Amino acid sequence: MLYNEPSPLEVKIVTKRFGLPNSASLDTYLANDGFKAFFKAIEMTPEQIIDEVKVSALRGRGGAGFPAGLKWSFVPRTSPKPKYVIVNADESEPGTCKDRLLMENDPQQLIEGILIAGRAIDAHKGYIYIRGEYRYLIDVMDRAIAEAYSRGYLGKNIQGTGFDFDIYTHTGAGAYECGEETALLDSIEGKRGIPRMKPPFPAVSGAWQSPTLLNNVETLSAVPPIIRDGGAAFAALGTPKNGGTRMVCLSGHINKPGVYELPVGFNLLRMIYEVGGGMRNGKKLKAVVPGGSSCPLLTADECDIAMDFDSLAKAKSMLGSGGTVILDENTCMVKFALRIMKFYAHESCGWCIPCREGTTWLKKMLQRMHDGGGQKSDIPLIGELSKNMLGRTFCALGDAAAMPTISIVEKFPEDFEAHLNGHPCPYEHSHEAVLV
Amino acid sequence: MTFSPELEAKFAKLLETYPPGRTRSAVIPMLLFAQDEVGHISNELIEEVAKRCKVTPLQVDEVVGYYSMLHRKPMGKYHVQVCTNISCLLTGGEELYHHAEKTLGIGNKEVTADGQFSLEEVECIGACSWAPAVQINYEFHHQVTAERLDQLVGELRKRQ
Ligand SMILES: Cc1cc2nc3c(=O)[nH]c(=O)nc-3n(C[C@H](O)[C@H](O)[C@H](O)COP(=O)(O)O)c2cc1C
Ligand code: SF4
Ligand code: FES
Repeated sequence: MLYNEPSPLEVKIVTKRFGLPNSASLDTYLANDGFKAFFKAIEMTPEQIIDEVKVSALRGRGGAGFPAGLKWSFVPRTSPKPKYVIVNADESEPGTCKDRLLMENDPQQLIEGILIAGRAIDAHKGYIYIRGEYRYLIDVMDRAIAEAYSRGYLGKNIQGTGFDFDIYTHTGAGAYECGEETALLDSIEGKRGIPRMKPPFPAVSGAWQSPTLLNNVETLSAVPPIIRDGGAAFAALGTPKNGGTRMVCLSGHINKPGVYELPVGFNLLRMIYEVGGGMRNGKKLKAVVPGGSSCPLLTADECDIAMDFDSLAKAKSMLGSGGTVILDENTCMVKFALRIMKFYAHESCGWCIPCREGTTWLKKMLQRMHDGGGQKSDIPLIGELSKNMLGRTFCALGDAAAMPTISIVEKFPEDFEAHLNGHPCPYEHSHEAVLV
Repeated sequence: MTFSPELEAKFAKLLETYPPGRTRSAVIPMLLFAQDEVGHISNELIEEVAKRCKVTPLQVDEVVGYYSMLHRKPMGKYHVQVCTNISCLLTGGEELYHHAEKTLGIGNKEVTADGQFSLEEVECIGACSWAPAVQINYEFHHQVTAERLDQLVGELRKRQ
């Protein structure tokens, strides 16, 4: 199902079958270019497949934007142990709701992407790690997998090619941290999701100590179009080194929130005013979370920017996971920072001290500030505490908590000052929710 | 413990899903699927899952404590989960959460006296572009207003 109207500005590559009748069925898939890329990949050598993905300039859609072809090339060619492809369908970064649509509307495309990745790294088993809240998608994927088996697109000797591949679904049970790739590996092994020391990287020693390729749902869903139409065509859609399209999840204070597939490098202001139909109630733009709650925020003045990995890095932010959240002039930035910190404090796995203690302290400070009990010296202290976490935590969750917080205190100090000396929140319209 | 034939079939499939000797991998799915049927994670269930996955009960118990969807105590028949994370916050998720408290007469992670409803303020559930979002058990509800929430709860009250 689609939950919002598409936009005429979209460039539909991974969502091209969305909206077709029975878009999740194998027949619809086959009638609309399905599995063409797989047959092409069978005729290619693994090196050729990986090169094609490199040419496409596809970068990981899970958040870090790591070049996909390069990651694939890290998996050792030969291994005495079996290799695995694991799909990260944990989608928990606040602001992000796209992988859900890819699985719901085109599960066969993901299956084909997994097969091609398997062929490229010589793996014969794949697992899809789906967050527990997405229970209905376990059923959707299981049904799609069963259909693929029944028609010879999975299992032994797929379509007479001699290639064997099995795919299984696996469910999480509520933990943001399990989206971090090494925590995910511990989770799939039946343990608490605590990240692992790197190196060794999963490509060398991942699930069950075997070489493992881990990619996001959207990353793998882009592989069939890349192999089918060529890496160069995909690359040409985006900006240099930032190939293809991206599913952008627009949310917050705009008229037409929704998920839209747009070329990488699409201008953020155009996203807001043309794709998203402009600010709700004609309010002024105050800030944007470019790609999920982990990213430093952009002020309204910084929003005339190409939404690609490198442009955002230059603006000292990140493209992240595609969750673009729009904030209007009535948003209390202290409250916003507090809600983000509550999330990270709640989701910290507790393994390392800077993150476990840092997020809890920052949550308390931001809460006190928002309640009107803050002191002027707290404002720089919130920034300093966050900076002390940066780069000093065991996994990137600590950075993810610190980065937006630093950007908010530095870019919106006036919002913090307005809460000093016992002043009630100037924007307040509701009391606190209770999440602990 | 005895489970429905459907759940037994799921368990059997799970034990074949992972590489040989890796039955520990089935612990989390097994717990969640079992909780869906029996309501919560009892000591007995922990022992049972440990036995089936060939691990110690402690190895199961530590997992239960980590994952937020696994509950040691029974939740309501209808578990109402209201997201208040960023996209929902901006579109009235907090107000909606407080409204749910009033409608149901319970607080966070509490259960109504008749055991029909429980309430939880949750983190992002992946419906940000259609915020504010609510999940009742596994069912998603998008762009939920206070009136819509009351209507949903009203329908479920009638269904009990
Ligand atoms: C705390 C944390 C949470 C993450 N959550 C997710 C997630 O939900 N989904 C996802 O695909 N990647 C997530 N990632 C990124 C993964 O670690 C990993 O980089 C990604 O799945 C790799 O796939 P890609 O290269 O295709 O993006 C998370 C990372 C961190 C540090
Ligand atoms: S940074 Fe946070 S989530 Fe990551 S290992 Fe440390 S405590 Fe756990
Ligand atoms: S922030 Fe509420 S569903 Fe994502």
